[in-house]
Amino acid sequence: MIIRWLDDRTGIRRILSEALFENIPGGARWRYVWGSALTFTFFVQVVTGILLWTAYSPSAQTAWESVFYIQNEMSFGWLLRGVHHYAAHAMNILLVLHLMQVIVDGAYRAPREVNFWFGIGLLMLVLALSLTGYLLPWDQKGYWATKVTTSLAAAVPFVGPGLEKLLIGGAEYGHHTLTRFFALHAGVLPAAVVALIVGHIYLFRRHGVTAKKPLRNPDAAFWPDQVLKDAVACLAVFAAVLFFAVEGKFAGDGHLGAPLAAPAEPSESYAAARPEWYFLFLFQLLKYFPGEREIYGSLIIPGAVVALICLMPFIGRWRIGHRFNIGVMFALLLGVGVLTFLAWNQDRNNSEYRQAVAAGKQTAERVQILAKPPPEGMGIPYEGAIALLRNDPLTQGPKLFAAHCAGCHRYGGHNGLGTRPEEDPSAADLKNFASREWLRKLLSEEHVDSDAFFGKTAFKEGKMVKFVQNKVAKFNQEEAEQLRKAVIALSAEARLPRQKQEDQTDFQLIQEGKDHLLDDLGCADCHEFHFEDEDATAPDLTGYGSEEWLVEMIWNPEHEKFYGEKNDRMPSFGSEGILSDRQIHLLAKWLRNDWFLPPSADPELAAE
Amino acid sequence: MSAKKNSPNSDRRRFLAAGAAALAGVLPPLTGLGVLLNPLRKKSNLGQAVRVTSLSALPADGVPRKFPVVTDRVDAWNHFRNVPIGAVYLRRVEENSVEAFSVDCPHAGCFVEYRAAEKNYLCPCHDSRFHVDGSIQDPNSPSPRGLDSLEVDEEKLQSLNEVWVRFQKFQPGQAEKRAI
Repeated sequence: MIIRWLDDRTGIRRILSEALFENIPGGARWRYVWGSALTFTFFVQVVTGILLWTAYSPSAQTAWESVFYIQNEMSFGWLLRGVHHYAAHAMNILLVLHLMQVIVDGAYRAPREVNFWFGIGLLMLVLALSLTGYLLPWDQKGYWATKVTTSLAAAVPFVGPGLEKLLIGGAEYGHHTLTRFFALHAGVLPAAVVALIVGHIYLFRRHGVTAKKPLRNPDAAFWPDQVLKDAVACLAVFAAVLFFAVEGKFAGDGHLGAPLAAPAEPSESYAAARPEWYFLFLFQLLKYFPGEREIYGSLIIPGAVVALICLMPFIGRWRIGHRFNIGVMFALLLGVGVLTFLAWNQDRNNSEYRQAVAAGKQTAERVQILAKPPPEGMGIPYEGAIALLRNDPLTQGPKLFAAHCAGCHRYGGHNGLGTRPEEDPSAADLKNFASREWLRKLLSEEHVDSDAFFGKTAFKEGKMVKFVQNKVAKFNQEEAEQLRKAVIALSAEARLPRQKQEDQTDFQLIQEGKDHLLDDLGCADCHEFHFEDEDATAPDLTGYGSEEWLVEMIWNPEHEKFYGEKNDRMPSFGSEGILSDRQIHLLAKWLRNDWFLPPSADPELAAE
Repeated sequence: MSAKKNSPNSDRRRFLAAGAAALAGVLPPLTGLGVLLNPLRKKSNLGQAVRVTSLSALPADGVPRKFPVVTDRVDAWNHFRNVPIGAVYLRRVEENSVEAFSVDCPHAGCFVEYRAAEKNYLCPCHDSRFHVDGSIQDPNSPSPRGLDSLEVDEEKLQSLNEVWVRFQKFQPGQAEKRAI
């Protein structure tokens, strides 16, 4: 009843029967499923895209943050992101397969030229969707990879800089880069895709299926046999997408859905930046055009190839032309394959690249810990997640140490970042500085003039080394016990977070050690220790190794509280304006292993 | 009928109809043209002299060192105080002379890395290599020019021992260095 009423007013039956009973010469075949599978994948992208849109916020302070929230805090957010991410990959693969099938079957021949061009247009639009989508999480990977793309736009003679400004919304990346890319990704490009798909399907229906000869079966309608095959293909695509979305869990790297690197940081290089794998061939191509010939790799050759593909319907009018087209197609596929392999292989054999990937992964994992809502994490402040990393001693400390300290000092033998400099150290190794173990070594004859302590400094022949060599080495058992307690007391001055427990349980020892330090061992002859002494010639041991002590020391080692005029070569990082107050605090905290740890972390393991 | 169709009156009417329809299609998008093109006239954070560090932070042996450029930054509706907007390489050429380079590869804008062991800069994207003084090392490097040097304020360097750099970006992909 209702259907008849509706049909009377809309003609819906005729539309349905036209849609379902399209004639397929030779009956249903698997080779005709690509178009439907593509339309389906696009439908998946529209649906998942709109759902992501309900939770995504495009601005430089909220893009990464909202994606992180979708990924980690919203129910099955990882699944939604994963499906959207991998369906994009699937779409690019399906497009190439569809294009191959059309070329091999000669389905571009008259009168289907225009429809072929619609298809090429769709291919370009989907690539543009992939490109714009890559930036939206505003992570280091998307940020730096997209910078290359927009720089290529800027490299175009004359109009380049203006073009780039329009694309990124100003002279530099920022809020408007995201709002513009998002408008393209979720508005302009999908609208264009819909328009082209409508035209594409309309023209396809107008001209009918290009049947693969010889026909194996009698003609049949689209419904139900071809519909079944199409539906099976769509479900297979979806199953593959789902597999990749959950695969990370089983592969053991623990992440579900799509990857998310650390938030974009313009002052921090990201040497692991690469485009998505389906753009790697274009990336590789750019390596072969030195100097101003770059435009050949970025524009002229890709443009010529697309133009050649667009001309295929005319070339294919002749039998030999058609064969030429198929040859071109396979040559292009081979070229793309070889370039992709070369790009992948070069990276695989490049230890610097692999290091950069590992470092990027480490930062990403760190920020994901910090960004979790308290108490598991610190929670994201309003400045955005990047502030978490900028203020994190574990992230910034090693970099600052490598840049400013590792010229002389070492950290566990390396420069803070894990590299062992070629030249020998010329100042103390500061790993576990002021810890009981570190002080014990400092006060042992074996280590005190080694390279890890005073061996390469102006103090090699100094009073401290002499004291250890001449006195400590000859300590009797009682004195050695006093020294043991004094070390515990001195180390407690640092209030190291990692030693908190021991410092509490050893309260009694610490009190005794303080007395030994002051009275019995002779430390107070040169050092100050909770008392004023104008004649003190060595660094003040009050609060030795604490954050304040370290900050003041790094700020100005020439202060009379520390080395005074006897300071060896250490610059006054604060008073000379080499490091900012914030940087010095980060460095001091890092040297003290004082950084945020999730409550679940094992403190021993977490301290590297 | 046909006489009426060809009358000047109906010609005018058809012209009017087509014109009005075209206007109805064109006018609404035109209202947004200003916003669309606004980035072309947006003020940039670039071009200002920024204090990067003090002279004593630079090693005497001329090895380049990377420094973040920290200054105030306007990003659309936000005004940020003291945030990193980029980075530069600084290198002491002589006792009191400093050279500054942009970290952006002139090829496609990737962040070049200084490699102490090889004593060169390497672009991690397309493998351009540069000498310590910024010039191209390998003739097959995709980069069309050497690293872009940045202006160092001589007066502040001599009088205050501070390194102030005019932070700029340049059009990539061209042999000639042009600020953007």
